[in-house]
Amino acid sequence: MGGTDSVSLKRIVFLTVGTTSFDALVKVADTLEVKQELTRRGYTHLLIQMGRGTYLPAESIGEDGLLAVDCFTFSSSIADHLSSASLVISHAGSGSIFETLRLGKPLIVVVNEDLMDNHQSELAEELADRKHLYCAHPQSLHQVIVGMDLKSLLPYQPGDATPVAKLINRFLGFPDD
Amino acid sequence: MNKMDDCYFYIMAIIATSVAIFLIRLLHVLYLTGKSRRLKSPQPLSTLIVLGSGGHTAEMMNLLSVLQMDRFTPRFYIAAATDNMSLQKARVFEDSLLHKKVIKGSSAQFMQIYRSREVGQSYVTSVWTTLLATTHALWLMVKIRPQVVLCNGPGTCIPLCVIAFLFKVIGMRWSSIFYVESIARVKRLSLSGLLLYKLCIADQFFVQWPQLQRKYPRAHYVGCLM
Repeated sequence: MGGTDSVSLKRIVFLTVGTTSFDALVKVADTLEVKQELTRRGYTHLLIQMGRGTYLPAESIGEDGLLAVDCFTFSSSIADHLSSASLVISHAGSGSIFETLRLGKPLIVVVNEDLMDNHQSELAEELADRKHLYCAHPQSLHQVIVGMDLKSLLPYQPGDATPVAKLINRFLGFPDD
Repeated sequence: MNKMDDCYFYIMAIIATSVAIFLIRLLHVLYLTGKSRRLKSPQPLSTLIVLGSGGHTAEMMNLLSVLQMDRFTPRFYIAAATDNMSLQKARVFEDSLLHKKVIKGSSAQFMQIYRSREVGQSYVTSVWTTLLATTHALWLMVKIRPQVVLCNGPGTCIPLCVIAFLFKVIGMRWSSIFYVESIARVKRLSLSGLLLYKLCIADQFFVQWPQLQRKYPRAHYVGCLM
């Protein structure tokens, strides 16, 4: 079997929690029903970036008929993992969300309900309303994966800081150019 | 006895006059806040850039990348002492400016500041840490005395903005304060944003979602930065 073939057949789900600890998400991704559904949808690998979490998912090489599971805590090459993924499951941090959207990857954002100041769901829900991603909670992740239609997602047009720069320049009396 | 009364009267009069002068000056500064002070030949302005963390820093770097850096010189970057990544990103950005020859010599300085409140810290202990952070902020601000303050939350920027505002009131340094609410805030302002908006400290207040602009009409809606 050629190396390039096995690469092209790889369909990776990349789960990332950033610098946070989000065991509830890692646990639910590690359940049989979620892994079965991902496998049924043709994904071959589940790569979990677990951050500061303590729950260790069972690693497997995929010989049990389910997708292979691998995990790590932190990496300096999150961007590489994102770009090689076919589906990204992420915590609701704006950094992870926009990095994934800019790469044009299908994204499910899972909101962490344990955070004290939980404003993060606002952004995920707004972007879900605009059909740029799917928004889930740990207990609804399975349902969202079952019901999702990745073709219906709309590409995100990256934002632009020039309107702010223009207003700042005008306020300070600098000419427009 | 009469002499004592006179003395007492004079002291009270001096205090009352000082308070009155301070209040008039405060009202005057509040009146000028948000009003553009156009200069005939604009000079480069010393600029303080407050870096939040993670997503906040990414948004700020996006803004900096479209500002003409020769106008905002020298630049002072401040990040929380617990945040190692943000100043690193700012250094990379400044190096890239030098590399692309956008600027001639480096005119950037990088500083760290104690945070008033860590994520998850209780509100009771944050009273003490806020005092400590404010003192440190005062020390840094006396050294920098910026003409422009750019910030986008979280709490790190509050002491710095309040001090910049007080410098205006006491006539130590006039500055223009710009606040960009984080893209993560869709329906409600952050605590930092709410404070700067309600206290009229920010000269210009930007939001990235139209819902927020409807709720806070003095804000400018500028679309998404990310």
